[in-house]
Amino acid sequence: MNRNPALRDALFAAIVLILVLAIPMLHRSPAFEDFIIRLSAMALFATSLNLLVGNTGMVSFGHGMFYGFAAYAFGLTMQLTELSLPVAALFAVALTTIAAFVVGAMCVRLSTDYFAFITLAVQMLFFSVIVSWQSLTGGDQGLRGGIPRRHILGFDLGSQLHLYQFCAIVAVLGLLALRHVSMSPFGNTLRMVRDNAERASFVGIVLWRARLLAFTIAGGFAGIGGVLAALFVSGAYPELADWPNSGQAIFAVMLGGINSFLGPVLGAMILLALNDLVQRFTEYHGLVLGVVILAFALGLRRGVLDFIHLVWSKRAR
Amino acid sequence: MNVEINHLTKSFGGVRAIDDVSLAFPSGSLSAIIGPNGAGKTTFFNLISGAFIADSGEVLLDREDILQLSKTERMRRGIGRAFQVASCFPTMTVRANLMAAVTAHAGRWASLSHRFPSPGMRERADDVMEFVGLTDVADVEANILSHGDQKLLDIALALALEPKVLLLDEPTAGMGPDERWRMIERVRALWERRKLTLIFIEHDMDIVFKVASSIRVLCYGKVLAEGTPDQIRNNQAVIDAYLGAEENAT
Repeated sequence: MNRNPALRDALFAAIVLILVLAIPMLHRSPAFEDFIIRLSAMALFATSLNLLVGNTGMVSFGHGMFYGFAAYAFGLTMQLTELSLPVAALFAVALTTIAAFVVGAMCVRLSTDYFAFITLAVQMLFFSVIVSWQSLTGGDQGLRGGIPRRHILGFDLGSQLHLYQFCAIVAVLGLLALRHVSMSPFGNTLRMVRDNAERASFVGIVLWRARLLAFTIAGGFAGIGGVLAALFVSGAYPELADWPNSGQAIFAVMLGGINSFLGPVLGAMILLALNDLVQRFTEYHGLVLGVVILAFALGLRRGVLDFIHLVWSKRAR
Repeated sequence: MNVEINHLTKSFGGVRAIDDVSLAFPSGSLSAIIGPNGAGKTTFFNLISGAFIADSGEVLLDREDILQLSKTERMRRGIGRAFQVASCFPTMTVRANLMAAVTAHAGRWASLSHRFPSPGMRERADDVMEFVGLTDVADVEANILSHGDQKLLDIALALALEPKVLLLDEPTAGMGPDERWRMIERVRALWERRKLTLIFIEHDMDIVFKVASSIRVLCYGKVLAEGTPDQIRNNQAVIDAYLGAEENAT
């Protein structure tokens, strides 16, 4: 079983994907399908952030800018050009990756505190640009007019079922790719940088290069999430690139667990479910959310999956 | 590899931590650096390994000046170091620590094409592990190793990079008397087998006089004396500044 971990992960992903795809064949529930679509975007967003937070020890407060950037890049490409959906999506993700590289080049040499600070600052700058550049982005109203030509390989993404299937496939493949990154020699290098940056540089790792590459990859994957979000909302909104959205990703990471690969996915699930549930009963959902997160932080002192892992390994001993 | 230091100077604020130090360490030698606390011994290592940038002077590695090179480049030229407080990757097992080091040394640290470890890395890590005697704790996480094993792992991480020059900052720090001797015997053995130029900082005079073939004494950032153990033992300046003080203190 342990002999080929890559195969084991692929198998696990395949099983999950088959299960998710099978559910609508047994029972159609628009609410559930909506949930999975939003979860797909959020899971990629949070897990890519965790490549920075959990793997590398870089707490970025500006990850939402790449999520939003990709949503706008994708929406605008679809509206302003005649490119087909897959080409526009790839273009948007590539553009986001380049943006992450540029932002990263400015940020990664700074120490932990200032790194967090400057990522937040760059994000606010980007947010202001979106809001003020009305002629291009629609300003605070968001990018309206929808996303035309919603077809890819026989999927009609105008239909909820097809969008559900498409998002599930993209999310599972994206997570599998991120898993590969985190298990590669480079992923291990990021762990070395997190554990002991000085020692890492003394065994020959160029710290800023490792951090910049991590930042770029994370930005790219957040971009995939952003494209899915744009498909779901049929456009793009400044809120996607705003700091509360980055905060949501950080919540998801902290709730689910930073040391488990699937922690952020679980965190995203809990967060979305909480949002939906609480919003039904009260308008003060921020308050309830804050209390829940406080309970996790003070009670478990770690994310859910990390907690389970800890209890599990204690029992095994 | 031959290490030659000429007129090395480094100030912090107004304090000259290293003040016009010139020392030579011939290829394959085993030398100790001693001196009272605050003499600049660790700073001296930091300047050779590139952790600090010197204000002026030369650090010659086989006659090539490496003063302008980064620590990573110096390490690639063959300078390895272990730290006063054992420095390793705490959340990884001993084997994973060493596999990570040999992977970096092979220049594959940014590789994304396959899963960690790259082929052949495990074998190379196991070789180093056996060499320093950590095979028994191969699968133990570094943060729960005994203090002595952490120090050994730190040295092993340096050795994994196949250095020609090895700088050990107090390899026996924080150990009991018996453990100290075991440790220093291991250090001596690896010096003999790897034919390294080995420089170590040590506070235990018994160990220094027994193991080192030559000794340099630093005091307030300057070279106070250098020579064989016998010469140092009988050097009046050293006795006044350091050995005497040590005896008075204990």
